[in-house]
Amino acid sequence: MNMELKQPLRTAKTKLAIVDCDIHPRAMLEDVRPYLTNPWWDYLQTYGLRPRHGHVKGYPFPKPTPLASRRDSWPPTGGPPASDLDFTREQHLDFYGIETGILNPLQPSGQGDQNPEVSAALAFAINEWQVADWVRREPRLKASVVVPYEDAAASVTEIRRRAGNRDFAHVLLLSRTGEALGRRRYWPIYQAAVEAGLPVGIHVFGYSGWAMTGTGWPSFYLEEGIENATTTQQLITSMIMEGVFERYPDLKVVLIETGFAWLPALGWRLDKHWERMRDEVPHVKRPPSEYLREHFWVSTQPMEETDKPDELIDVMEWIGFDRLLFASDYPHWDFDDPFLSLPPSLSDARRRAIYADNARALYRLA
Amino acid sequence: MARHVVAPVGEIPAGGCKLVAIGNRAIVVFNVNGEFFALNNRCPHKGGSLALGYRTGLLESPEPGEYRYSRQGEIIRCPWHSWEFDIRTGRSWCDPQRLRTRQYPVSVEPGSKLVEGPYQAETFPVTVENDYVVIEA
Repeated sequence: MNMELKQPLRTAKTKLAIVDCDIHPRAMLEDVRPYLTNPWWDYLQTYGLRPRHGHVKGYPFPKPTPLASRRDSWPPTGGPPASDLDFTREQHLDFYGIETGILNPLQPSGQGDQNPEVSAALAFAINEWQVADWVRREPRLKASVVVPYEDAAASVTEIRRRAGNRDFAHVLLLSRTGEALGRRRYWPIYQAAVEAGLPVGIHVFGYSGWAMTGTGWPSFYLEEGIENATTTQQLITSMIMEGVFERYPDLKVVLIETGFAWLPALGWRLDKHWERMRDEVPHVKRPPSEYLREHFWVSTQPMEETDKPDELIDVMEWIGFDRLLFASDYPHWDFDDPFLSLPPSLSDARRRAIYADNARALYRLA
Repeated sequence: MARHVVAPVGEIPAGGCKLVAIGNRAIVVFNVNGEFFALNNRCPHKGGSLALGYRTGLLESPEPGEYRYSRQGEIIRCPWHSWEFDIRTGRSWCDPQRLRTRQYPVSVEPGSKLVEGPYQAETFPVTVENDYVVIEA
């Protein structure tokens, strides 16, 4: 009912095309059964998924809403939020006039599972499911190459399997990994992504087996949300300092759901340290902020909400108006409304860049 | 401001709410233990529909380790970002001065009074035997 009331108010704003770089479709395990071999299906029925944290059932930090989703996003047909393509169309793609949506499936995807073999089997199955159940039925959507990132060789196999298939937009990693993402054990993933012409998207969350802060597990989910920014700072630092971008100059990294207001400060801090300790990392040939500026894109959600919206524009300026990608995070509780989230005083040209042009160029969307 | 008959009293049970359209405004009418309150349905933060929100109470903590839960059912939490609003006032808990949703006066009137009055927007028959929720908006 509310949607009907809002619709006429919104049509005027749908003039601007929108590419949504973070939509989370959700599979029921039964949905991916056709893409799992019988032994893996039996395994999952018997042992289930085992994430790398101490809480095998449920989340280590309970979410503020069921399945961390908008309370109005449960489809009338039953099933969890964003499990029903028709309702996703009605509530999101059609409602906001989304031109292209990038799918980033999070659960169940097997990423970071204790068992590397099940991680690989499920990543394959989720990729097949994304194409069959979503992309083939809805041409506005693009899939992610979900990879079992703790096993670089298996990840490379999965990336090569999808190389050249334009149904896929990027390779998807999560931010909390077993080792820092600049370490060489992950380099084959970057090489395969570059060879396939795909950016590497890194979405926050995932569980590595390590406590998520240097002082252990925090007390509250709120702290986990804040921690996503510090994990991301650490992975950016690692990738630059280990020389990933010297080895793979064509590598493009998309930071998803990390927030972004902290990015400028990280660049300044990295440069300051590099100027004094450059000889520790001689393979880092340029000021670190240059790698940051050249190789990283960042999605907008969760948009920082400053008292003065124009303060955010200064931050965006430093990051680069060609590097920001609009994302809604549909159907999750911290969803950013495409029509209400960007600072109101942003010029039309910048608005167009963030809403669509940057993503079209990065993902080579027609 | 016109007065609108929006529901027979029995249609909105205690703890329930009804979303009504008045012109192009969406207004949500809450029943809090027999008292009715009407708020603009649009969350002033980012536009979520308060009618689809979560009814809860007020959780306060005078100091770490001490919790006080009161006013069960008088707080509505937005279905999107979980901002909390006081159903009695429309004010948000975190920023009550600046972030609040408009409140409309509500009364309960007997049908005998309404069948003749200058009231609008009835989409159901009004009978003298029933009581009705009337909002001024």
